[in-house]
Amino acid sequence: MSQAVVAKLKSVFAASVLEVKEHRGEMTVTVKKEDIVAICQFLKDEAGYNFLCDLCGVDYLGQQPRFMVVYNLYNITTKERLRVKVPVAEEDAAVDTVSTVWTTANWPERECWDLMGISFNNHPDLRRILMPADWVGYPLRKDYPLQGPDRETYQGRLS
Amino acid sequence: MGVVKAVGEAPEAEHTKVLGNNIMTTSLDLVVNWSRSRSLWPLTFGLACCAIEMMSTGAARFDLDRMGVLFRASPRQSDVVIIAGTVTYKMLPVIQVLYEQMPEPKYVVAMGACASSGGIFDTYSVVQGIDQFLPVDVYIPGCPPRPEGLLYGLIKLQEKIMRERNTFGAAIGAGNVIPG
Amino acid sequence: MAKKETMTINMGPQHPSTHGVLQLVLELDGEIVVDAVPHIGFLHRGVEKLAENRSYHRALPLTDRLDYLAPMSNNLGYVLAVEKLLGITELIPERAKVVRVMMAEITRIKSHLVWLATHALDIGAMTVFLYCFREREQIMDMYENISGARMTSNYFRVGGLSLDLPEGFEADVLSFINDMPGHLETYEGLLTGNKIWQKRTIGVAKIGGEDAIDIGLTGPVLRASGVDWDLRRDNPYSGYEDYDFKVITRDGCDTFDRYKNRLDEMRESCKIIHQALDKLQPGPIMADVPSVCLPAKKDVANSIEGLIHHFKIITEGFKPEPGEIYQGIEAPKGELGFYLISDGSANPFRMKIRPPSFVNLQALPQMVRGKMLADVVAAIGTLDIVLGEIDR
Repeated sequence: MSQAVVAKLKSVFAASVLEVKEHRGEMTVTVKKEDIVAICQFLKDEAGYNFLCDLCGVDYLGQQPRFMVVYNLYNITTKERLRVKVPVAEEDAAVDTVSTVWTTANWPERECWDLMGISFNNHPDLRRILMPADWVGYPLRKDYPLQGPDRETYQGRLS
Repeated sequence: MGVVKAVGEAPEAEHTKVLGNNIMTTSLDLVVNWSRSRSLWPLTFGLACCAIEMMSTGAARFDLDRMGVLFRASPRQSDVVIIAGTVTYKMLPVIQVLYEQMPEPKYVVAMGACASSGGIFDTYSVVQGIDQFLPVDVYIPGCPPRPEGLLYGLIKLQEKIMRERNTFGAAIGAGNVIPG
Repeated sequence: MAKKETMTINMGPQHPSTHGVLQLVLELDGEIVVDAVPHIGFLHRGVEKLAENRSYHRALPLTDRLDYLAPMSNNLGYVLAVEKLLGITELIPERAKVVRVMMAEITRIKSHLVWLATHALDIGAMTVFLYCFREREQIMDMYENISGARMTSNYFRVGGLSLDLPEGFEADVLSFINDMPGHLETYEGLLTGNKIWQKRTIGVAKIGGEDAIDIGLTGPVLRASGVDWDLRRDNPYSGYEDYDFKVITRDGCDTFDRYKNRLDEMRESCKIIHQALDKLQPGPIMADVPSVCLPAKKDVANSIEGLIHHFKIITEGFKPEPGEIYQGIEAPKGELGFYLISDGSANPFRMKIRPPSFVNLQALPQMVRGKMLADVVAAIGTLDIVLGEIDR
């Protein structure tokens, strides 16, 4: 069923869809970041994906573009899942907010800003949520040390 | 409190200057220590998983009330703070403000691996042991420590309080407490 | 004429009824709440970043400490996610699946008992706290029997279970679930018909069904607002499709209905555990995938091949194919999701945890705006938040 949704998405937003993949029974669609709000609105209204389970950022250090914002969607009526990914470059680390489509996106976007440094345009309240307000740096990035910038790195083996 | 000048020379305690050589405060110290240690009132300060084991210790099976322990919500009314759980840098100013609000004599118990040394969370946001910022009296290892472990830790704190000297003298203004 | 000003009150991180280190900055106009802004992050321990530095096996104990009131649920979510990433979900043996379901439901009862104890304590009923913790001690004894620890059990493994059930365990579970409905009747007798309880919970902290889906609520909170959604029935995992249980929904959208919902969920859990005990058959407890699954302890202790096998898996870890998955389970507090990305190495490239309490807490300002200060305490209790999973 998600394949039908993805086909419809590709027909309506043909220019924005970059890649479609399937792995272990789950569909992942990579789209351009400029059209994310329109695509999310389409998925919510036309395809029935009324529940945003999760929104997170991923840091692919060394690749271009560096970041990826991932939206995990769920359709409560048909019980289907869909994943939408948006590549974000490091120089212009900003995406439009989807909190106008699903109000639940508010805090996960704040967390993405706090830990990854990806800012969200037109967000109602973009400030740090998990780290103290005066913290410098974005901890979940791959180049941020695990022990923090002012402590020595652990010299033993962790894995 | 006098300073020991050479081995074999007894320190000249303050209270002998005030009260003369005829008064001994030893037995009164015992009374004060006994009453302090048998009615320790902790501040309700559960941070993480260890707080749940602290609640279990306070519940019916491992009763804390039989040791005189009564959890108080206000730092102004508590004697001991049991830091139960992980301390983060964001929470640290809060802990310091609460510790300063507690009246003397006050004690700190670091419950669990996270409060003693950071635990398994050796990361950017976790304080590696509350003893970097507060003077800890008893460390209770475990992740989380069993309720029996917490009870044993509190008994050790009680023994430590019993070993203090000149508590009565300090209470009436003659000298300082000599810790146990 | 007197100027009307609002008062800003800090319900700070250290407070008896905030269920952990949550800071609520309340703007009050007398007793009416004008706005409530939650501040979190006081327990942020960097679990997601820690997991990126550990192999998949070694990241498992970190999940115990997320929702520390329901440790085996978190374990289950993580283990199912890793198995999905590896593609070995079909190979999990039947006995492991049944024990997982049984322990997940016992964990649900454990979590709901703490919810009831602290919720009632905040509203003023102290007896219920002591009764619920007495039942919890029985469950903790079962946890200790099966895994060695009262709380942070770390019992499941990728591919199955770590140890088989000890002797006498099934009898303990049976006696517990035979007594449980009687205890639930006691709690209901103390609370449900109680005028004070009704005044403090009926009509308090309401949120409608559409708003609830939009704000992202899941779990018993959503089901008390009329939305019929339960991941155990709709996207079943670990054999849940073979069990017969009801999904409880109510239409009241308020605290009282959430309370009744959770009590009924505890009764349904007892039914599921009963069915699981009947289904339990002797058999293997670990899938037969040598590259991933740890060998049985008796092989490790008695043969050199078992020892080398165990050594290699623990030190080197297993390397799943590159790819990403999302696994959601119905934890006691809502939908717990694990989003795992693998880049072909032994450590997870990214582990994102979708905590139900994090998203549920967003609904708090909406629920208490315009209501009295005392309702804030009831609202926090009814959302059933645990800061360990909000802050990770």
